[in-house]
Amino acid sequence: MGLTSGSTGIHAVDTRLVVKKQQESHMVVALAGNPNVGKSTVFNALTGMNQHTGNWPGKTVANAQGNCTHKGRGFVLVDIPGSYSLMAHSAEEEVARDFICFGAPDAVAVVCDATCLERNLNLVLQTLEITGSVVVCVNLMDEARRKGISVDLELVSRRLGVPVIPAAARSGEGLEELMDALAGLPRESRRETRLIRYPKPVEQAVALLEPALEKLCAGRLPARWAALRLLDGDEKLRCSLSSLCGAQLEEQADVAQALARARALLGQAGLTGEGLEDAIVSALVREAERICRGAVLAQPTRQELRDRKIDRALTSKWFGYPLMLLLLAAVLWLTIAGANLPSELLAKGLFWVQDQLSRAFVCFHAPEWLRGVLVDGVFRTLAWVVSVMLPPMAIFFPLFTLLEDLGYLPRVAFNLDKYFKKCCACGKQALTMCMGFGCNAAGIVGCRIIDSPRERLIAMITNNFVPCNGRFPTLIAILSMFFLGAAGGLSGSILSALLLTGIILLGILMTFLVSKLLSMTLLKGVPSSFTLELPPYRRPQIGRVIVRSIFDRTLFVLGRAAAVAAPAGLVIWLLANVTVGEHTLLALCSGFLDPFGRFLGMDGVILLAFVLGLPANEIVVPIMIMAYTQTGVLTDLAELSALKGLLVANGWTWITAVSTMLFSLMHWPCSTTCMTIRKESGSVKWTAVSFLVPTLAGVVVCGLFANLARLL
Amino acid sequence: MTGSNSLTNLKVGQRARVTALRSDGSMRRRLQDIGLIAGTEVECVQKSPAGDPVAYLIRGALIALRSEDSARVMIACP
Repeated sequence: MGLTSGSTGIHAVDTRLVVKKQQESHMVVALAGNPNVGKSTVFNALTGMNQHTGNWPGKTVANAQGNCTHKGRGFVLVDIPGSYSLMAHSAEEEVARDFICFGAPDAVAVVCDATCLERNLNLVLQTLEITGSVVVCVNLMDEARRKGISVDLELVSRRLGVPVIPAAARSGEGLEELMDALAGLPRESRRETRLIRYPKPVEQAVALLEPALEKLCAGRLPARWAALRLLDGDEKLRCSLSSLCGAQLEEQADVAQALARARALLGQAGLTGEGLEDAIVSALVREAERICRGAVLAQPTRQELRDRKIDRALTSKWFGYPLMLLLLAAVLWLTIAGANLPSELLAKGLFWVQDQLSRAFVCFHAPEWLRGVLVDGVFRTLAWVVSVMLPPMAIFFPLFTLLEDLGYLPRVAFNLDKYFKKCCACGKQALTMCMGFGCNAAGIVGCRIIDSPRERLIAMITNNFVPCNGRFPTLIAILSMFFLGAAGGLSGSILSALLLTGIILLGILMTFLVSKLLSMTLLKGVPSSFTLELPPYRRPQIGRVIVRSIFDRTLFVLGRAAAVAAPAGLVIWLLANVTVGEHTLLALCSGFLDPFGRFLGMDGVILLAFVLGLPANEIVVPIMIMAYTQTGVLTDLAELSALKGLLVANGWTWITAVSTMLFSLMHWPCSTTCMTIRKESGSVKWTAVSFLVPTLAGVVVCGLFANLARLL
Repeated sequence: MTGSNSLTNLKVGQRARVTALRSDGSMRRRLQDIGLIAGTEVECVQKSPAGDPVAYLIRGALIALRSEDSARVMIACP
């Protein structure tokens, strides 16, 4: 169901997972599976939680846990990141593997995609090598039926030797049965299974190592699996194994000896390095093939063939790009057109409340400064955030989420990858940019889907060029005030949607430009390889998405307004009313910033608003208004036209408006985003770069624009 | 790098069987993880508007590969 309050804002800065059992008897179940098979949907349906879901691989980037009870028994479910394999080639695969191996879950539910079961079985087989306490949940049965794929799950279950449960988690189908199967698993965990037969030399080498490892693993991990990984030469796992066994593996004489003999044996058979890996992987893939033979039948339905045709059109030479632009413009138009009325109503309502509050204060003979602080300071800023910022956010968010649920975002990455390649960056950066529209902090966390560290840093540093949900309303408000003039109604909203699309395109252009520059300077390198999965389109759960994300967003924005906007209002009121010498603090601060602000085409107050807006971008415009009104001009500001009057009275021209929009598009990331970058990059240096790069870009672009425009 | 018989040369709608993987490092592992090994059947499904990357149907899943990477997957046309 798309971005949720849990995956945006401060929650994006996650911490390492510690499994919390409410009772010792509770069963810990890890939910594993390939990317984008609906693990999080299963997780949400079972726990009633609201973990980020969406139709693109890589949404779940960290472990999440939730509780549920089934027939009187307690379960702790852990949603681990999607991975194709447990050999840990990427950060999220490592998280997944480490939890299954070292997190000591009582059972693992491997969620599979019924539409490509054979590939999913690779992960099932690898999991079975680690633990026998496995239930396979074949999800997306509804989609498979639609595509004309039938699966004989009983046969698959017999061949695998573990329960296999069909499910369609989005409609709740099969979840009861899944919990029954989990509850029915025998409790003696970690019983070893010997499902895969590897080529003879590999088996011999494993047999040499197994006895030595048996002692060290002491039943915590199957020795056979540990032996295979040691032979594989998996360094990270060797360290984890060493710490699990409480001894440096290579320092154990018997292990070292057996390993040397096993390696020699494999060497004789020509199975070293890549050759050994090939042998192991091929054995797994062949086994998956064998299990599915005769059990999975595919006969593409007419619907499936039609879907493919549509997809081909959506990514075709002629329609691909225009359609992307059209969709973007349409989403923005719906946001602008839809936000107008609620904005006006909210403003009227809230300012009526303000008047009543003021009257009440006068009635009770409260001191004037108290009324000033609470009503003119705190309440008015809150009212501005709620009336100007909330409606567009509450509309844009669900729309974006619908596109995400539909499965369109990976197509955007597919369409744009060539240009990212030209900038020596990764096409998946397009996905992280899409997330940035929702929330830049979520976009930064999303960068984990990019495997190359260099390309991941590029994506993080440039994510801020995509205006987030908190900046849209600012852009929309300024656009409608200064560039629509008399054009109201339908043509007005279409025009402002087109202008906003233009601004976003500028942001995307800057992303490419800065990515290229970074690739040539700070982050030199060549584009790396990657695979991008294009999931089938899925019908979004329209009703649920809309209700849920409006609700989520509203609460989130209101919460943030209370936490950030109210104190900011207080600060602004104090700045405007505390005088040092002849001037107010506000006048001193904005006066100090004024020369630089004017060089950038703005003024000191606007720049001060951006500075004070560091905790949250949605309070920038309210702070500006507060600052201007505190300096004397008092008008009834319930309407945008009146607001424009206020700005013009304070010296705004079209140049100021454009410069402010440009600076809103390109300035430092909000504090939450900065914290997320610090956490994700693990480096103060790269956080500083991420802070400075967009700011410098903004200074250069605004400075150039303002000074050139003044010459005209 | 582009051999006459690499995945890059497959046209939209054509199918072929993989004969060898010449990719190395993490890409080799990733391709193997998604089931692309010698013997796997692959279908070229659609090209992106710019012509690169191209999406292939591999074991029931649609996977996009850049031309540099598909050039390292050797195929035999049936």
